[in-house]
Amino acid sequence: MTVALERPAMAAAKPARRRRFSLGAVAPYLQSAPLALILGAFLLLPIIMIVVVSFWDYDFAAMYPDFLTTNYSDVLGSWVTWKTYLNTIKFAVIVWALTLFIGFWVAYFLAFHIRTTAMQMVLFLVCTVPFLTSNIIRMISWIPVLGRNGLINSTLVHMGLVPKPIEWLLYSEFAVVLAMVHLYTLFMVTPIFNTLMRIDRSLFEAARDAGASGWQVLWNVVIPLAKPGMAIGTIFVVTLVMADFSTVQVMSGGQSASVALMMKNQMSLLQYPAAAANAVVLLVLVLLMVAGILRIVDIRKEL
Amino acid sequence: MSKAAEIDIVSVSKVYGTTTAVEAISLKIPAGTYCCLLGPSGCGKTSTLRMIAGHESISSGDVRLGNTVVTDLPPARRGTAMMFQSYALFPHLDLIDNVAFSLKMKGVGKDERRAKALDMLKLMQMEAYAPRRPAQLSGGQQQRVALARALITDPEALLLDEPLSALDPFLKIRMRAELKKLQTSLGITFVHVTHSQEEAMALADLIVVMNEGRIEQAAHPRTVFERPATAFVARFMGDHNVVSGRVTGSHDGMVVFDVPGGASLAASGQGREAGEPIDIAIRTDHVRIGEPPAKGLGFTGIVANIEYRGSTVKLSVNGTGIEDFTVIVDDADFFAKPVAVGDAVPIAWDAEDAIVLGRLDS
Repeated sequence: MTVALERPAMAAAKPARRRRFSLGAVAPYLQSAPLALILGAFLLLPIIMIVVVSFWDYDFAAMYPDFLTTNYSDVLGSWVTWKTYLNTIKFAVIVWALTLFIGFWVAYFLAFHIRTTAMQMVLFLVCTVPFLTSNIIRMISWIPVLGRNGLINSTLVHMGLVPKPIEWLLYSEFAVVLAMVHLYTLFMVTPIFNTLMRIDRSLFEAARDAGASGWQVLWNVVIPLAKPGMAIGTIFVVTLVMADFSTVQVMSGGQSASVALMMKNQMSLLQYPAAAANAVVLLVLVLLMVAGILRIVDIRKEL
Repeated sequence: MSKAAEIDIVSVSKVYGTTTAVEAISLKIPAGTYCCLLGPSGCGKTSTLRMIAGHESISSGDVRLGNTVVTDLPPARRGTAMMFQSYALFPHLDLIDNVAFSLKMKGVGKDERRAKALDMLKLMQMEAYAPRRPAQLSGGQQQRVALARALITDPEALLLDEPLSALDPFLKIRMRAELKKLQTSLGITFVHVTHSQEEAMALADLIVVMNEGRIEQAAHPRTVFERPATAFVARFMGDHNVVSGRVTGSHDGMVVFDVPGGASLAASGQGREAGEPIDIAIRTDHVRIGEPPAKGLGFTGIVANIEYRGSTVKLSVNGTGIEDFTVIVDDADFFAKPVAVGDAVPIAWDAEDAIVLGRLDS
């Protein structure tokens, strides 16, 4: 009886199942196709092109397809390049240290000292307000503040604290670092705030119960648990600083150099293969740095 | 190891803004007692525990531990250790470092503290898992580590905030046996917050039933179960029928009272004015089907529901003015003289089983 009942049902189900099966096999590929196409066309392809071009030959007017390593030997063999790389890494380290310090305390304040979530969100949005204007404008707005006759210098001179305007405020490495810290601190605040918000508050009570003082709680519980957020923020800040050319150019007044600025200059001289080789070296360097960060801190649970 | 301390709570209150979580409670927990704070959620039991631990400020009153008034001391200097509801193990540390945490805070050297922590883990039979992180453990194992971490400070009293609520029912029963064994072997005072009367009965030497920030009854589990002090306690402990009415008079040591719109019942007790409200409790398993031995020790009701429970049968009986009166009868007795839903049956109990309940003056 049951067999008789089941047979027509199965016969009817079979073709339908087969059709669904064949569609089911293709569906995942179809679903991933748009992202794969976009990433392929706008990320993978350009990188491949840069790598290919970095081996080409060039003169003042044109590029010639070839397979030469002279571009790389020029990049790695020149003392100027090494100095520029060191300078860029120096900026990255200083800006990283400052943004980490400031970013951690801002996130700490938002996460633990603001009681209501509504207020937390309001203050967090206030932090993002500067992002409504462009990077360039936020950077340039420092000039009237730091300049020779700017806000700070004129105030100091008026108050008689300094006899003449301080020269190193603008068009100096100080100005570069200041502008970068201003631009990138929020990239540190956001991930750290996120990790701090996820810490179970009863851990602090457990630490207090074990006799930990405020600093001991900070050092033994909060900071270790905030490490994944710090790592993500560090990746953001380091990659942004390593790739920066406009801030360095504008704020140093052309007195300081960065790798990206060097590439920009090479491109304006139509030395595309040289710039491409430089870009490949920079890319490898940044990837190594990110790999190093990921080795030290496990960020998987944050993703 | 055993240096248990008596905990003395003197008219302690906790006020959050305009709401009073704990209202001037006083309680003495003798040294070496297993005390359970029992009550529904929001009754103030956790606030009380946290005030003893020092994680909650005391609005008024004092807490004394042994001979020290600890009201204003920080948690670590009270001689108490707390075990948290979710265990609050540090996810970034392995088990040894978790257990050794308080020693590290005190500045004990690395080798010494790790050795001590390993001893403590051995006591909890967790030494095999020492290099693991808490996330790699099951609930019961996490609880053992949390216990080890609390006990390494050598506390005079261990405070447990709903320690078994995160475990599955089977593990719950096993872990509660372990808790009891541990308390007996250490001999220190345990204060255990729970909302499960079964758990409290199984563990406690002293049950403190709390409701709306006040203590309804604090006594040995047997006393709490057999002589519940108030209607709340009788209902919360379960297995009791609570019947309310108004006193009409008393004679021969029996109080006679009327159930609204229904029968006149009697219970042993005295000193009640006529017209006073009264609650009595009758154990569900001390009720039988049959004619009452004396007037007022039973009523006749309609069977509304019958549940077979194996060794017993549970009947729900509705009388006039008495709703949902539970009768637990032995299965053999029931099937010897079965009744059906809708039958009118006489219900009876003995005079000593009807307990007059008190009321907290509000």
